[in-house]
Amino acid sequence: MKIRIKFSKQGYMKFVGHLDIMRYFQKAMRRSNINIRYSEGFSPHQIMSFAAPLGVGITSNGEYLDIEVTDSPQTASSKAMTDRLNQAMVEEIRILSCRRLPDSSKNAMSIVCAADYTLDFSPGSQPEDLDDFFSRLKEFYGRDQILITKKTKKGQRELDLKPLIYRLERQNHSVFMQVSTGSTDNIKPEMVMEAFYQAQQLEYPKFAFRVQREEVYGQDEAGNRIPLEELGENIE
Amino acid sequence: MRRLALSDEILLSVQQPARYIGGEVNMCVKDPKDVAIRFAMCFPDVYEIGMSHLGIQILYDMFNRREDTYCERVYSPWTDLDKVMREQQIPLFALESQEPIKDFDFLGITLQYEMCYTNILQILDLSQIPLHSRDRGEEFPIVIGGGPCAYNPEPLAEFFDLFYIGEGETVYDQLLDSYIENKKKGGSRQEFLEAAAEIPGIYVPSFYDVTYNSDGTIQGFKPNNTHAKDKVTKELVVDMDSAPYIENPLVPFQKVTQDRVVLEIQRGCIRGCRFCQAGNVYRPLREHSLEYLKRHAVQLLDSTGHEEISLSSLSSSDYTHLPELVDFLIDYCSSRQINISLPSLRIDAFSLDVMSKVQDVKKSSLTFAPEAGSQRLRDVINKGLTEDVILQGAKEAFQGGWNRVKLYFMLGLPTEQKEDMEGIALLSEKIAEVYYDTVPKEQRHGKVQIVARSSFFVPKPFTPFQWARMCTRDEFLERAYIVKNKFREMKNFKSLKYNWHEADVTVLEGVLARGDRKVGAVIEAAYQNGALFDSWSEYFNNCLWMKAFEDCHIDPDFYTVRERSLDEIFPWDFIDAGVSKEFLKREWLLAWNEQATPNCRQKCSGCGARSFGGGVCYENKN
Repeated sequence: MKIRIKFSKQGYMKFVGHLDIMRYFQKAMRRSNINIRYSEGFSPHQIMSFAAPLGVGITSNGEYLDIEVTDSPQTASSKAMTDRLNQAMVEEIRILSCRRLPDSSKNAMSIVCAADYTLDFSPGSQPEDLDDFFSRLKEFYGRDQILITKKTKKGQRELDLKPLIYRLERQNHSVFMQVSTGSTDNIKPEMVMEAFYQAQQLEYPKFAFRVQREEVYGQDEAGNRIPLEELGENIE
Repeated sequence: MRRLALSDEILLSVQQPARYIGGEVNMCVKDPKDVAIRFAMCFPDVYEIGMSHLGIQILYDMFNRREDTYCERVYSPWTDLDKVMREQQIPLFALESQEPIKDFDFLGITLQYEMCYTNILQILDLSQIPLHSRDRGEEFPIVIGGGPCAYNPEPLAEFFDLFYIGEGETVYDQLLDSYIENKKKGGSRQEFLEAAAEIPGIYVPSFYDVTYNSDGTIQGFKPNNTHAKDKVTKELVVDMDSAPYIENPLVPFQKVTQDRVVLEIQRGCIRGCRFCQAGNVYRPLREHSLEYLKRHAVQLLDSTGHEEISLSSLSSSDYTHLPELVDFLIDYCSSRQINISLPSLRIDAFSLDVMSKVQDVKKSSLTFAPEAGSQRLRDVINKGLTEDVILQGAKEAFQGGWNRVKLYFMLGLPTEQKEDMEGIALLSEKIAEVYYDTVPKEQRHGKVQIVARSSFFVPKPFTPFQWARMCTRDEFLERAYIVKNKFREMKNFKSLKYNWHEADVTVLEGVLARGDRKVGAVIEAAYQNGALFDSWSEYFNNCLWMKAFEDCHIDPDFYTVRERSLDEIFPWDFIDAGVSKEFLKREWLLAWNEQATPNCRQKCSGCGARSFGGGVCYENKN
């Protein structure tokens, strides 16, 4: 049975990197006695895959991992499994949902297409004229093209961010954005803000924003972006 | 939400910020306001090393069972953060509460190896605690040291208020109770130290005066305070099963060196290798019962979720119930995809059978520790491993599918001659030949790989070799070249590899291991010169140390290459480590006669450890 787990990562846990989070969940599966399935072969490992790695320093309310389990009482209902896993979690990681995926469904990583982020100003970094800041941001997003140079393994290439930013708007005192995410065009929120500051002829202040991922989306069969958890169903 | 001591800006600009945030699985959470004692437990090295240490985990668990005590952890900030903390004057903090160490009641520092001594000064310095015990006022924590290097605490005497000599499980409760009592009646720091000095195993260095002869050796060592005892006897757990063990070990987020459950199966060793400090100071051998180990193995695996369990002891093959324990573990672990790691096993039919069950033969290599290249020298060091046993073990291993062998040796041992050194190459060659004789061509997976590694011998306190002259740096390297050149002559040269440890750092380790109080000034000078993380070869800088010796007018050779007479008073002689000086002398003389001593189960050699009233000394005697 395939299960999609949604979790949040808050507070000090933002300093724990992606590889360590994977190790953390492997151990958590053992602690909570979840009947996770193992790969075949000489050195079996847990069948577990994460939707989209989260950078160090970023908090999240919408992280995903997929696992495969054999049927057992521990995974008999979404609620039981969520509770059981939460008991094995540290304070700043909460399991938000555990949902069953159809057997035929692709894993999260391969269908990730977008993610939501909010960016709060760090204490002391908020511009004096907030309205001015957001009106500039609106003007920036209104442009036909947002060209940046992206460093790649093979050197530099020019990239137009505009079609990869699905939303960029004000949300109270914060910046909200929805950007392309996944293996092909993976846009980090800092890239967008850096381009914005550059367009204002300003240097990008590295620690000006506290970035939080809010949700990760996959593509359904019709090509629509939907939150990854909605591709699974509650186990009653 | 937990507040962190360091800002996002700092944490995001240093390597591996998870070293500094705490909050791991099974971390103890208490409100500091609810406790009478705040204890900071320190391993003076980087997080990944410190978190791998079993002893600290045991004490952490034990202290936190006390309702009146909150024990937290602190490790050496890595060099990048060290710089930031100095620039911004950020006081060093404990991982749990993220609060400054200087506000704690105790700072306990474990002394696991000599080359971490400058890191101890870093910990004190960054904590903003005066480096010298005598400069600490009432407001500062009591700084206490323990662990194997506390068997010669003298080089560190000025930096510590107290040392705990021996195994930590026994008198800490008494020490903490006495601290609370003193606090309640409004007693001073000095009064607490005096009360502590009366507790067995506790050594207060400021309560003793040392006088020296004109040649620099010790003339006398006497208490200057009526509360201080003449002799400090090491503390030891007599009944292992009754000592507290960890219930819920911490599970770090980062991959640490020891990323597994560690199950201590016994303490001490029956073998009596003459170079080995652990084998002497942890005498007598004391085993855990099989039932105890089964219960704890399950508890530890369940509470951590680790995917590996490792058995810990000085010589696992000597554990009486090893076959039953291994059977139990194989049974429990195989269905749960948990690996079993079995270090310090003697290579024989039994261990090969076990290892082939629990390990991937193709990936793992076999380890032998002959320690010396010839039978003569192995008799000198009392390493009861013969060439026949090694070759037989290798043969069976090759038949079982192994084709990689690691060999550990020491160079610079007492009485060592050219033939002994060359023996390292000859033994390696013989093992290679066993492979080609044993495994038919069509069954070979490439060449056999034999890697021989030699460390340089450092004489340690409380060993029969504590009288030994140590080699100079050049002598060490000369010997390494002799071995290397012999390897070149070997027929199967291409299957053999030889490498050796750094010589400079070994010499320094030798100075610190058998140093006296005068050496403290050198450690401090080296630290002020910038020495830090000396056990990390990329940071070790011998020049900083050499300059420190010069500036302090201390000759390192006095501690290393000097011949010591049998009646010399050693800096550590005030400690009773269980093994008597008479026994050590006997062993030292037997070594020169190339005479081996039987192990504790074959015949008691009257080392003195029997006086503790337990362990192997009383086996089968009820």
